[in-house]
Amino acid sequence: MSVKTIATQRASMNIPTGRLGVWWVLVSEIVIFGGVLVSYIMHRLGHVEWAEQAAYTNMWAGAFNTLVLLSSSLSAVLAHQAAERGDGPKAAKLLYLTILGGGIFLTVKTFEWGHEIAEGFTLQSGGFWSYYYTAAGLHAFHVMAGMAVMAWVASSARKNQELHRVENVGIYWHFVDIVWIFLFPLLYIAK
Amino acid sequence: MAEIAPHVEARPSAPHAPHGHAESNWFIKYCWSTDHKIISLQYMFTGMCFAMVAGFMAYVFRMQIAYPGMNVPFFGHVSADAYNALITNHGSIMVFWVAMPVLLAGFGNLLIPLMCGCDDMVFPRINRLSYQLFLLSGLILVASWFVPGGGFGGAWTAYPPLSSTAKYNLTPMGSSMWVLAVAFEFVAFLLGGINFIVTAMNARAPGMKAFDVPLAVWMIVVASLLFMASVGPLIAGAVMLLFDQNLGTGFYNPARGGDPILWQHLFWFFGHPEVYVVLLPAMGIVAEIITVFSRKKMFSYRTVIYTVVATGVLSFFVWAHHQFIAGIDPRMANVFTVTTVIISIPVAEMCFLYIATLYGGSITFTTPMLWALAFLAEFLIGGVTGIYLGASGAAIFFHDTYFVVAHFHYTFYPIAIIGTLAGFTFWFPKMFGRMLNETLGKIHFWGSIIPFNFIFIPMFFLGLSGEHRRIYDYTNFPDLATPSMQALRITSTVALVVMLLFQFVFIANVIYSWLRGPKAEKNPWRSNTLEWTTESPPPHGNWTEMPTVYRGPYEQATPGRESDFWPQDEKD
Repeated sequence: MSVKTIATQRASMNIPTGRLGVWWVLVSEIVIFGGVLVSYIMHRLGHVEWAEQAAYTNMWAGAFNTLVLLSSSLSAVLAHQAAERGDGPKAAKLLYLTILGGGIFLTVKTFEWGHEIAEGFTLQSGGFWSYYYTAAGLHAFHVMAGMAVMAWVASSARKNQELHRVENVGIYWHFVDIVWIFLFPLLYIAK
Repeated sequence: MAEIAPHVEARPSAPHAPHGHAESNWFIKYCWSTDHKIISLQYMFTGMCFAMVAGFMAYVFRMQIAYPGMNVPFFGHVSADAYNALITNHGSIMVFWVAMPVLLAGFGNLLIPLMCGCDDMVFPRINRLSYQLFLLSGLILVASWFVPGGGFGGAWTAYPPLSSTAKYNLTPMGSSMWVLAVAFEFVAFLLGGINFIVTAMNARAPGMKAFDVPLAVWMIVVASLLFMASVGPLIAGAVMLLFDQNLGTGFYNPARGGDPILWQHLFWFFGHPEVYVVLLPAMGIVAEIITVFSRKKMFSYRTVIYTVVATGVLSFFVWAHHQFIAGIDPRMANVFTVTTVIISIPVAEMCFLYIATLYGGSITFTTPMLWALAFLAEFLIGGVTGIYLGASGAAIFFHDTYFVVAHFHYTFYPIAIIGTLAGFTFWFPKMFGRMLNETLGKIHFWGSIIPFNFIFIPMFFLGLSGEHRRIYDYTNFPDLATPSMQALRITSTVALVVMLLFQFVFIANVIYSWLRGPKAEKNPWRSNTLEWTTESPPPHGNWTEMPTVYRGPYEQATPGRESDFWPQDEKD
């Protein structure tokens, strides 16, 4: 596939094709998470007793993860800046740093969930816990997907190739952040 | 623009040579291609195979309804479980594996690059992945019929608790595989839809402004947008249903703090826009055909687009009209009745604009034109009967009767079958480089349309007499097994068999014309849109020299011009 299609290189809307594609991916993702969150909020409002279950979540672990995830977005932005300057190797390094942030996030999450499961709060322990694991699990799955894509983008950015992808994967990563900003108060703070 | 410049790679020097990439063997060319035309063929071929399977299913369960307990030829005795599974899979396949792939993905892939004047989709490899995921979803569905317990039989809407509890549906594996297949299928069409939208937005030929884009492309893009904005909650809902089935959660179980109505909301929040997701591509196809064969400009091209957008927006506010008896608040039912009746306004306006396009035109009754006109006439019946069902008072009476079945088949059959065949016969010369046989085409047309009405008009009457939808054997219900009702059931079953037999004429026509039909020229229908300016069939890369656009798509019969059409890429 060495020959690039002309279609990919056109920009009738004055937006690069890749970036436009990512924005539409986000639109479809917003409604997926929107479906989960609206369902959760409606049920949470109808079930006061879920607050008791929610009281067992570890707010400080969640807060730490929020900090980690938001900081990792900073390195994604710096990577974009480096890519704009044409400095592929630096962009790649910053992307690896972002991946590290995602890794810390998932590690904390693993311990947190391990602890909760050990205490007997599983997917089946009640309405709140079902939503808690499903929504956060769906989010964690997106974190992993973002890390994988970022590793792939970084591997070509390191060789100064396909630098526009650095920005695109960054946009996606910010979205993953924003979803977490909704999840954190809904699952951890509201008690 | 400066920002874009670094990303644009050096273009191959003009004139653009068709991509000479390795099409070494049959597999690479037809199964691993990134060419949008091949992918479109894959979608259409898969969809039509599924249509045959689902048509056969309809034949089996209709035979059981007309002649309860008989040994159905080519199938055998229909057990109650098999009956449920057949009906469920017939519905699921026709909506998700026939209408969607053929109309949206098949025609979208074929038409968007050709009508926008570009060489391929903007993300060709994602496009290929989209088809592969779709194929995988289809294979999962087919496999689900052969696992222990058989295929899922809880109706295509899969309401919990029937769908979520193995104790009730008796198909522990089949129902999970059904949900999984549907979820994969959605992801496949999301990937395809992103491609469609970005291609139409960004990759149009130089000079092609938004209002120079043919209606078929406009409508496929709006349909993709609707799909993208509505399917997310159902993907989430499908995951929750899978968890309920397999991991012991209680999202839809009231005893555990869940709510079965939640599924209905998630399903219909998608399910109603879905009607327009498949309607709009069919409407777009019909628009192309009626302008060409009545040799007239589209009557009020821009108004058509505005009505399409209005329909799209309104379609997000009508979903609860499927749930009038599900225990929703009666005040909500009033709101949804109003929105439902409002949405008929833009759709009716679209139909009026099409009829106004026909008015005073010099109409040629070719096969595609017959299909297009039949679409308008039959869909009108579907639309008008929809008003009864949209009004909560009447809908409570009609709920779950064959009136509903007849109504949605009067919308979906025109969309999925008539619209598809209109488009297929219209673009066949472009797709295969041969002309279809007109005589066989007309025999097939009348052989499908007349029996179609004989299948579904009796169902309106049966529904009015109270025939419930989900019954395996009506002889168990003396009120519903009267000789006159049974006669209507037999009428519609016989008509179905006749209609299915006439499809062999179509298959014969396609095979014969593909091999022996007269060669098609570039522009056999004297149309204006860009796909007719290249060879039939177009080479990989579509044009040797990429076209430039100078005017809108419907400049037929311009006063003062010698020729009665004016291709979009002709300078003057």
